[in-house]
Amino acid sequence: MSERKNNTNHEPLFHLAKRSVIPQWRAWLIRVAAIVLGLAVCGIVAYILSDKLQEGKKTLADFYYCFIKGSFTTNRKIWKFLKNMAILQCISLAVTPAFRMRFWNTGAEGQTLMGVWGAIAVAFYLGGEIPEALLLVLMFVGALLCSAVWAVIPAIFKAKWNTNETLFTLMMNYVAIHIVEYFLVVWVPSGSSSLGKLKYGKLPSFGHDYLVIILIVLLLTLLLYVYLKHSKQGYEISVVGESVRTAQYSGMNVKKVIIRTMVVSGLLCGLAGYLIGAGLDQTVTTESVGGQGFTAIMVSWLANFNPIVMLLTSGLITLLDQGAAQITQDFGVRGAFPDVIIGIILFFIIGSEFFINYQVIFRKGGHAAKEGAK
Amino acid sequence: MEKKIALSMRGITKRFGSVVANHHVDLDVYQGEILSVLGENGCGKTTLMNMLAGIYYPDEGKIYKEGEEVVIRSPKDAFDLKIGMIHQHFKLVDLFTAAENIVLGIREEGKYNLKSVNDRVSQIAAKYGFHIDPQKKIYDMSVSEKQTVEIIKMLYRGADILILDEPTAVLTPQEIDKLFEVLRAMKADGKSIIIITHKLHEVLSVSDRVAILRKGEHIATVNTAETNESALTEMMVGKKVSLNIDRTDPVDPSPRLQIKNLNCLNAEGLPVVKDVSFTVNSGEILGIAGIAGSGQRELLEAIAGMQPIDSGEIIFINPKKGRPVTFYHKSLKRVKQLAAEGAFHGWNGKPVTFEGANNSVIRYLVGSGEVLFNEDEIIDLRGRTPLEIRELGIRLSFVPEDRLGMGLVGSMGITDNMMLRSYRKGHAGFVDRRQPRKLAEEIIRELEVNTPGVNTPVRRLSGGNVQKVLLGREIAFAPKVLMAAYPVRGLDINSSYTIYNLLNKQKQNGVAVIFVGEDLDVLLALCDRILVINSGAITGVVDARSTTKEEVGLLMTKTDTAERKEAAQ
Repeated sequence: MSERKNNTNHEPLFHLAKRSVIPQWRAWLIRVAAIVLGLAVCGIVAYILSDKLQEGKKTLADFYYCFIKGSFTTNRKIWKFLKNMAILQCISLAVTPAFRMRFWNTGAEGQTLMGVWGAIAVAFYLGGEIPEALLLVLMFVGALLCSAVWAVIPAIFKAKWNTNETLFTLMMNYVAIHIVEYFLVVWVPSGSSSLGKLKYGKLPSFGHDYLVIILIVLLLTLLLYVYLKHSKQGYEISVVGESVRTAQYSGMNVKKVIIRTMVVSGLLCGLAGYLIGAGLDQTVTTESVGGQGFTAIMVSWLANFNPIVMLLTSGLITLLDQGAAQITQDFGVRGAFPDVIIGIILFFIIGSEFFINYQVIFRKGGHAAKEGAK
Repeated sequence: MEKKIALSMRGITKRFGSVVANHHVDLDVYQGEILSVLGENGCGKTTLMNMLAGIYYPDEGKIYKEGEEVVIRSPKDAFDLKIGMIHQHFKLVDLFTAAENIVLGIREEGKYNLKSVNDRVSQIAAKYGFHIDPQKKIYDMSVSEKQTVEIIKMLYRGADILILDEPTAVLTPQEIDKLFEVLRAMKADGKSIIIITHKLHEVLSVSDRVAILRKGEHIATVNTAETNESALTEMMVGKKVSLNIDRTDPVDPSPRLQIKNLNCLNAEGLPVVKDVSFTVNSGEILGIAGIAGSGQRELLEAIAGMQPIDSGEIIFINPKKGRPVTFYHKSLKRVKQLAAEGAFHGWNGKPVTFEGANNSVIRYLVGSGEVLFNEDEIIDLRGRTPLEIRELGIRLSFVPEDRLGMGLVGSMGITDNMMLRSYRKGHAGFVDRRQPRKLAEEIIRELEVNTPGVNTPVRRLSGGNVQKVLLGREIAFAPKVLMAAYPVRGLDINSSYTIYNLLNKQKQNGVAVIFVGEDLDVLLALCDRILVINSGAITGVVDARSTTKEEVGLLMTKTDTAERKEAAQ
């Protein structure tokens, strides 16, 4: 601050100005450029960390190829990519109604885990004793019920006493994890606390093992899009999200909308939990959801809460995830490296939004300023 | 008399995205003068001054202080150059005293000594004729006292160029006079004062010169002595405007809304509306005058069902006498009940009781409009939600002061905003956007709303267009009572007059209009009666045709008699 006095007569090197409207193609150009830049930085970091790159055993081309290799080179990998993407998409859809209402639900992890637990609990106690079809229906009900309860508790507190939903839902995650932990000890008295695959309650499949799940999530994406865009409830969600005062003015029951929307969110989490529990794992662990409840927040946000665009962002995140795993395998780097890669790229993607909303004008009215005037 | 130039701006340009807020503006301020910067809302006055105060940085152009080029990159740079700006929204810490606020953020040599600060504040106040208690807390202060603190804060820092952004917007006529006296004293002391305003009579009464901005461009700077209101308006708007509001006499007024001994508490449990009683008649405009925050908002929201009521009555008189009964807002059961009570008659004038008639006959008779009301419906709105009020068939429209935070949804287009009132229509769970879209197009056409399309977020529209959308929707609802809070705030002159005309048309259609305003000249010219409110209580109801601005101004600050009684007990 003190040197400012000395050069009072100099313009600052650059200053920021808000853009008004930016053409869609330019916004996308900025986003793509951000990803490319992010990848470049990833390359540099990888070079610093990986012996194989430094010694010339692998090239940077190999490094970037990993992102394709991780998801697309074999049929198995493609199916795995689609499955992972479908589950992530499902949880992202689940958080979206609440987010559109500006209800910052950070508890999708716990809500989904409760869904998995609910489904598996039904299968654990009733498996083999009732027909498989009935069991699957009861598991479905169990999953939806548990998740909805988990989601509606913070909503009721928010509606009645205006508690902070972000902290509340976050804490509920840990409660959910410990409930699962507790039941694993109860269910598996041997001490390993690992339930193992259950024999009953497996979602039937056709074509490929994962096909049902993928189709269900695709259908859900369309349904949620229509719900948010064309239903009265979807309209209420948007109004409450924009301004509670406006909602009251137009006669909406804001408390009811908050609670109802969180029930919808919870039900969708329950569905995701059911797909994980009955469709894939046939078991439950504290890692059943594996952090996707948090990743989903980002997926939904990046897609600007639009279910259709979310297909793109959930695909992108899954692609990065699998690519980073491939890199760990091929380059012999260990530990948190995949997280570092994903972190860097997300940093650039989120950062690009700043450059979409603002422009940087350099000293002497450089070309940036002229460009902005158009 | 040769005066020295204190500050000049040359070729100043500022853009926000594609919007050019200021375009090659040249401006000079002399020492020891009061310069008015005049222009309509959105013409770039505040933006231009913000560049002097270091809030914005100009894209092009240069600023000179006493002939020397300077660069102002931050408010601190502005302070160093002795430029002080008093913003429209005060920036004070409520829990601190006046003196504490004044020294906040100053780094002075030596020990922090509040006593000497108090003394210096009192000295400055005495020098220019301010009245201030340095040890009074901000939360105990009136708006005008807070403004005084802001001005002294700048003087304390040694500012010799003072910029005041719309300083009179929140003051009563008496307070305005006092402020102008102080400004003249500062001018005599050699200080330069810039006032941003859009009120012509103030310009003429206080300033030496007027700089007129229009759409971001500097049109002219003229000596106040050589100009008049209509010439200034023409420069401001770019064409001749007639500044007359066509006020007609109320036709056939009858009570439409009766408020009786209404009391409301705010969220902290303090009274905000105190024992308010008044009647609004059909075919008249009832103005509500008062200092901002005197309970106007709570009063209107209480009527609209949004503000809980502590005690009192809100009676709506629905003009139904001689009109057909409909099932639109009444169940069959209710209709039968009312018929048994003898509330209806037929076209032949004989009472209709539906005795012995079966349901299908009743449905047929009511459906074909054969059954008429004997009397107007009297409905108590107390304790009803906005939805319940609407479901009762009460056509009560409300244009709230917070347009984008309450009346409209900023991120939605005009079509979706039309749906706020009507989205529940239809039985399916899906919204029907066809009718709202038609209404949106109608409003755009008839009120000449300037928008790229029906789906452009209303937040992107100018203030005048936003208000047209809001008022258009509320009028489309064919109201019996129309409440409008500060409907022209932030609007340019042309839009303002469009709004006045719309309100007048509603009045001529027999609507009871409640108009909460801040500009006393407008209240006096537009309304039939004016109700004056001060800290939640009514201090007087005057005839707008015969009252004066001074009378209303005095009532605005008059101590509430009920309160005095309470204190005496």
